[in-house]
Amino acid sequence: MPQLIVADFLPQLIWLAITFGALYFIISRLAIPKIGSVIEQRHGRIAADVAEASRLKEDTEKAIETYEAALAEARASAHVIVSENRAQMTAEINKEAAALDERLAKKLAEAEVSIAKTRDAAMAQVTGIAQDTTEAIVTELLGKKPAKAAISSAVSSAAKG
Amino acid sequence: MASNTSQGSEGGLALDPMHQFEISRIIPIKFGGIDASFTNSSLWMVLTVIAVSALLLLGTKRIVPSRLQSVGEMIYEFISNMVRDTMGDEGRKFFPFILTLFCFILGANMLGLFALPVLLHPFTVTSHIIVTFALAALVWVGATVYGFYKHGLGYLKLFAPSGTPPIMLPLLVPIEVISYLSRPVSLSVRLFANMMAGHTMLKVFATFVVALGWFGVIPLAVMVGFTGLEVLIAFLQAFVFAILSCMYINDALHPSH
Repeated sequence: MPQLIVADFLPQLIWLAITFGALYFIISRLAIPKIGSVIEQRHGRIAADVAEASRLKEDTEKAIETYEAALAEARASAHVIVSENRAQMTAEINKEAAALDERLAKKLAEAEVSIAKTRDAAMAQVTGIAQDTTEAIVTELLGKKPAKAAISSAVSSAAKG
Repeated sequence: MASNTSQGSEGGLALDPMHQFEISRIIPIKFGGIDASFTNSSLWMVLTVIAVSALLLLGTKRIVPSRLQSVGEMIYEFISNMVRDTMGDEGRKFFPFILTLFCFILGANMLGLFALPVLLHPFTVTSHIIVTFALAALVWVGATVYGFYKHGLGYLKLFAPSGTPPIMLPLLVPIEVISYLSRPVSLSVRLFANMMAGHTMLKVFATFVVALGWFGVIPLAVMVGFTGLEVLIAFLQAFVFAILSCMYINDALHPSH
């Protein structure tokens, strides 16, 4: 078995010490700082990115909250405005309706008065026309003018009859 | 054991499955009486260091990783989590050591599988008991020295777990001591034996492929499957070695658990 040749032990041990020592130096001085720094940098980067993402998410949530609050406020104020307007308009409509009613009532009264006046006037003239007509008919029939008093009494008695 | 080859029936191929574990001196170096020759084992150790360094250092440094970069990062985070889970925050200072241990063993195991057969003779560094024992001893001696340095004689509480009835202690303490002393042996033999067995088996099947002619397709198919299994074992043994090292160091950090 070549593994048991004692004469070969020493060169193997010496070169093992040299190469293992060299590899230890290379790994501890060069490889570990290099790889370790990259890994640390990556972890830092990931942590920073995650923090940034959560900050952005918070911002978004805050913005949404603000928006919802504004929306609710706007809705409430719109509601107030609508009901205010409605009340105002109702009041105005009522006022105008009342004024219109009043005006109409006044006009109606005026019209009634004028109608009464006109009727009275018309009625007065009807008597005059009847007397004139009676006078003319009687004049035509008798050939002479009747007395005014007789005509008016005759017309008024006929009007009553 | 026999390194003189058992010759194959066809073409005089060297069919000794243990031949692949032989150490050959590429550049003989001697310091006084000390043999520090650059062997094929040394070559594969150097290649392991180069491959691991390339994998960990050539990756880009992007926030969104490239493929090579994410392989390096996966190994880094895998061992980092292992160190944190087994040793807690105090174990952080051992992270470079555990990462080196894991990468070295994984690289050596893997390169032993993906060799270039013509250009380079394949060789698995970790298939030699002396190499795995040296690594295990480094962990064990290091953990023991650190344990006594940190806790003084309080480290011996490791051998008498808290809550043990005093009457059990004469039985329990020897068992704990034996288990503690056998740690470097089990740690090193586990890795060495797995690597050696796997490669020996692959070599044996490879000789069947040649010997059986056209029927060699069958052992070839088996070899393909075994190679996949060997990749898994190469990773698993590196993982086991690293996590057991973590646990032994954790005992040194917190002896009375």
